[in-house]
This record gives sequence, C-alpha cells and structure tokens, in this order.
Amino acid sequence: MTTMTDPPQESFRLSMLLNDTRYRSYTFQFIALLALVMAIAYLMSNMFANLRDQGLSLSWAFLGEPAGYDINQRLIEYTSQSTHWRATVVGVLNTLLVAFLACVSATVLGVIAGVLRLSNNWLVSKLMSAYVEAFRNVPVLIWIIIIFTIMTAVMPAPRAFRGDEPDATMLLGLFAFTNRGVYVPAPILGNPLFGSAAMGWLLILLGLVGSFFGAKALGAWASAKQELTGVRPTTWYFTLAIWFVPLIVLLTIMGLSWDIPALRGFNFGGGLTIRGSLIALWFALAIYTGAFIAENVRAGIQAINKGQSEAAASLGLRPGRIMNLVILPQALRVIIPPLISQYLNITKNSSLAIAVGYMDITGTLGGITLNQTGRAIECVLLLMLFYLTISLLISAVMNVYNTSVKLKER
Amino acid sequence: MADNQEEVKMKKTVLFGALTAAGLAAGAAAAGTLDDVKARGTLNCGVATGLVGFATPDANGEWQGFDVAVCRAVAAAVLGDATAVEFVPTTGKTRFTALASGEIDMLARNTTWTFSRDVDLKFTFVGVNYYDGQGFMVPKDLGVSSAKELDGATVCIQTGTTTELNLADFFRINGISYEPVPIETNAEAQQQYLAGACDVYTTDASGLAATRAAFEAPNDHVLLPEIISKEPLGPLVRHGDNEWGDVVRWTLNALISAEELGITSANISEMSAGTNNPEINRILGTEGTLGEMLGLDADWAAKAITAGGNYGEIFEKNIGESTPIGLARGLNAQWTDGGLLYSPPFR
Repeated sequence: MTTMTDPPQESFRLSMLLNDTRYRSYTFQFIALLALVMAIAYLMSNMFANLRDQGLSLSWAFLGEPAGYDINQRLIEYTSQSTHWRATVVGVLNTLLVAFLACVSATVLGVIAGVLRLSNNWLVSKLMSAYVEAFRNVPVLIWIIIIFTIMTAVMPAPRAFRGDEPDATMLLGLFAFTNRGVYVPAPILGNPLFGSAAMGWLLILLGLVGSFFGAKALGAWASAKQELTGVRPTTWYFTLAIWFVPLIVLLTIMGLSWDIPALRGFNFGGGLTIRGSLIALWFALAIYTGAFIAENVRAGIQAINKGQSEAAASLGLRPGRIMNLVILPQALRVIIPPLISQYLNITKNSSLAIAVGYMDITGTLGGITLNQTGRAIECVLLLMLFYLTISLLISAVMNVYNTSVKLKER
Repeated sequence: MADNQEEVKMKKTVLFGALTAAGLAAGAAAAGTLDDVKARGTLNCGVATGLVGFATPDANGEWQGFDVAVCRAVAAAVLGDATAVEFVPTTGKTRFTALASGEIDMLARNTTWTFSRDVDLKFTFVGVNYYDGQGFMVPKDLGVSSAKELDGATVCIQTGTTTELNLADFFRINGISYEPVPIETNAEAQQQYLAGACDVYTTDASGLAATRAAFEAPNDHVLLPEIISKEPLGPLVRHGDNEWGDVVRWTLNALISAEELGITSANISEMSAGTNNPEINRILGTEGTLGEMLGLDADWAAKAITAGGNYGEIFEKNIGESTPIGLARGLNAQWTDGGLLYSPPFR
C-alpha cells in the first residue's frame, strides 16, 4: 500500500525574498519603488528648500485675483477684470476647441489619404505618398508658422475691402477672407424659446440627437424587413425628413436670421470670426497629424489578408463596398491603438499655439498669467495636471471604442 | 483658495520632515555673486533677443546697444574688461526665470520697474537707465491722430510684458473696445503690423521708435501723441545680495554722474591724473576709498566710463537723435537740464 504523505508545511524565511523565484521579483520591484519614491521626495524637498531660501512659497491665491489682460478669442464671457482662473478656463476651452477640430479633420484627411495611397491609380497613390512624406518629415511648428505667414502675406487686409472700388470683395457678399481671419455669417435666434439663445441652441442640439436615433431606428426597421423579405425598402426620403423637418420647424419657430459680417470702423464687425491664428494652428495640426494617420490606415488595411478582398470580390461586391464592408471594419482593430496616440499628440502639440498668438491654456495660464504673477511653479504644475487629465480622458474614451471594434474572439 | 494653501503647508511639513530624516541638504547659495563673477572671469548679462539700439548683435556678432552698454560698464568695473560679458538673450517670458535661477548675474533688458516685480518676484531694481512710456504706432494712411479714436482696432502686443495690462486699462478707462493680437517677439510683431494683420502696434515708445527705424519706409508710420503709462526701465538683480546690487547700482550712477560732472571717454585719462573737483576725484579713485568699499579696484568707475563713455555718450551713440532711432533726451536729460536723471552723490 502506498501512503500519501502531506508535503512538509513550508514556513516563510527571510532569505526566500532573494532565493525563492516566487518572491524575488517582488523584492526587486519593492526596492525599485522605494528608490523612485526617494528620488521624487529628494527632488521635491530640494525644490521647497530652494523656494524657502529665496523667500518664496507656493500659493494658488493668485488664481482669484483679476487677470488684467484681454483675450481675443473667448468661448465664454471674459473681460480684463475677470480672474486668472477664468482666463485659465478660457484657455482650456480654446485648447479643447482646436484639439477637437484638428482631431476630426486629421482623421478624415488621414483615412482618405491612407486609402488613396493604396489606390491602383498611379498618379493618386504617388500624390498621396508625396503628401505623407512632405508633411510628416517637417516639424509641426514650421507648418504652423508657414500657414500663418502665408495667410498674413497673401490674404488682403480689411482695409483692402474699403472704398468704392475695393481691391478685395466679399465672397457672395457673405464671407470675408482677410489676413486677420475669416468672417462668416452667424446664425441668430431672434425668438428663442425658454428665454435665452443658449437654451434655444440646446433645444436644437436635442432635436438633432432625436433625429439621429430616429434615423437609426428606421435603418434597423429596414434591415429587419430585408431579413424577412429579402427586399430592402427605400427609406432615403424618410431619413431626410427625419433629419431636416424637426430642424427646420424648430429654427422657423425660433426665428432664425443671419448676422452678416460688414466693415465697421477698422475691422469687420458682426458675424462669426474664425481667427487666422486658429486656422493656422488647426490646419497645420490636421495636415501634419493626418499624414501619420494615413500611414496607420495604410498599415491597417495591408494587415488584412488579400484573401479577404478576393473572397468579397468573388461574391460580386464592388471595390468601394469591399473596402467599406469587409476591409475597413477589420482594419480598424489595427488602426485604433496608434490613432489614440495621434489624438494625444494633437492635443499636446496644440501647445505650440503661442507661435501664432492663439490663446490656448499655454498662452493664458502658462504665458501671460505666469508672467504677470511670476508664479511659475504653480502655473506649470496646473498645466501638467490639465494636459495629463485631458490625455488620460482621450485615452479612456478611445480605449472604450477600441474594445467595441476589436476582433471578438469566441 | 485657503484650503489649497493649507494643503501645501501640510505637504511641506511632511517633506521637510523627510528631508531632515534623510539628512539631505539642498544647497542654494544666495549671496556672493560678486565673488562668483570674479572667479568666473565673465559677467552673465541678460539682454533682449534683438531690439535695434538697445541690444542687438552687429554685423560682426558683437552685441551693441544702450542696455548692452550697461552690461559692459559693469564688466569693466568688476573685471577690468568690457568684453568679458556673456550675453544671454532673453524673451519677455524667460527673463525673470533666468535671473531668479542664477543663469544670469544681472538683467539689462528694458524691464519696467514695478511694485510686484520688486516685492513679489524678489528682484532689486538698481536704478533707471531709461524713462519710457507706452505709445502707439499706426500707419499714416489710417488717418488716426489720437489713441482715443482707436475704437474697434486690432492691436498687436508683445505678450508677457506690462504693456498688455496697460493696454487693457487704457481701453477700459476710455470705454472703447479693441482686439488684442498677442505676439511673442518684436520681429514677429513687426511682420504682422506691416502686413496689416493689426491696425496698431503698441509697446514702449522707445521700442516703437527703434522698430520704426528698421522699416523700409519709416515715414509712412506715425507715433500717436498719447503715452499711456510710466515705464521706468532699468537693470535689476536678485534680492538678497546687496553687495552685488550695490556694484550694479553705483556703476549705473557713475555713468550718470560722469555726464553731470563732464567726465567723458575723451578726457577721462586726463582727469584720472587728478582734478581740483573732489567728487570727480572720488569717482575716478584718486581720492578716498570708494572702490575698496565696493570690493573693487580704486579705478572701477574710471574703467566703467572708459568702456563706452558716460551716460550721455552711450545715449547719443545708440539711440540718440543722430542714430536711425532718433530719440530725444526728453525725460532722460540730466536733472540740471530739466530731465529726471539724478544720481546720488559720490561721497
């Protein structure tokens, strides 16, 4: 008979921290962590000691004091009597605005260029290679300055629009392209429901969201019908109606009118102003990052086995539908992860805004506020915190999206 | 905000505790700039990145200008060599950090002496070498004759300076609107202004004159009569090193006194032999021990004056009416001529 013996009860000995492979890695990780904490503590204490020697101390009280300077582009109410904190928020919103615009346009541009680079048309694919190589190999700061300088030098000054026979005229009498920026008509709600114009716009936004879900439901209904009968009902005019009828009704009720820009005094007044600095920064970030995204898209598409497109072709799909229905959905799982870092790059590169005088957060908090108050450490800490938060948020959102499109392995 | 401060204080206590426990000492030598400069053999002087007349490298790469001359005078007084200066170009944004961190020993970069810079940023302004005020420049064909007619104008400003605060105040007080276009450097501002991207360029009147002098057609642009601020520009050093502050202060005063007393670069060797004016003798070191009190050679002031001449000579050579910049002495005349330059006595 064989007897089962219990393995001897192992007791933990200190030497196992080094000798036992189960614990050794923890030991080293702990030592590394300790060293890191010590290093940071040393640097921090050094900073505080130096500050104390110079008779300075960290204080965030300056954020509550009047800023004293004006900002040309502000998405919220702001005057020179507002606080430094409000100036910071104005800067944050400007950063987010340009980052959002640049992310959207860089994606559109990058996907188009990436797909076209694989085109069978020799001219188109070579043109796209030229675009990618030219733009990703020159620093983005140079592109920002080039676009800004060209705008300033080539476009007419508002002065040129003056007089009986002006050197420059407005496009269709509605749009003015000047070297200070582009002036476009602004929509005005003459009779907004619930009092304020902001509420009116919110209502319209809600209407659009409703239309979106309406259109989606219609699509689902059509698909279900197709499953049942094999024939997809024609729905495009319903879709159009769902999108536009509520919008037009809402706008008519609230009395939409257009504020058309016109020369007033030194400058164009009225309408919406898209400043040259915003345009330069936005375009430069979009075309520069678009070139990188184009390469991501190309890599993603080329990662899909050729058999996939051949199989799709043998089913009788046209090349455009092969790309949209078969290739791109599979390529997305390769494209999305590097796309996240491109979005992060856009957000961080937007801090080059000061080169063209665009008042982003680096321009307000990290620029004028820092200068006028001399609170460099506080301002830079806040800046770091802001960029870190935004970057982590973008990562989180994009990772959720990535999870939803990645290959579902069963 | 009080909560924040409390928090910071707490963190500090913890960190200081850690500091003591670890026995780490953070060394930051506050005093002894004079000894540092002597030991190094060169003076690190912060200047503008390029403003014609005030600080700009010439065709040979030699720094020239009104502010540069102050650096050279200090180097001559301390080291006996007006060329022993390491010029560090600073922008409106980087200048204070450069000085506070010790990267430069002194800053001579048309910097306005203000309360908060003196008290809050912990700098010592040793005097005023140019009394300035903020002005406006507009193209002549705009037909503007007063800054009060600038309602709705687009204004180019150099960011990070007192000018953007003055500008905001001026337009606010007069109840007129404007659109600021912040610009990083003078050169860019010039380009934007000339392209018509802004109607007005504003900065210190001396800077406007210097900028206009570099235009192709200076006469197409006018300076408006309004001066909207007081801008006493002067060299500054860090708080807490009074010996070094004294050296820079009295070097500047020596240049001003030299003009008042008629000491010029032409007659200084003759006067150094001794004159019957005791104050001249004390400045030039043939009488008394003023140099020794500063920790310098007896002929420190003589060397400083020899470097570029007295205040008046420096002014005429760099920014005076015979130069393209063409600034009149105005407020910067000696007090005996109705100006504001008034050096305390050397005794």
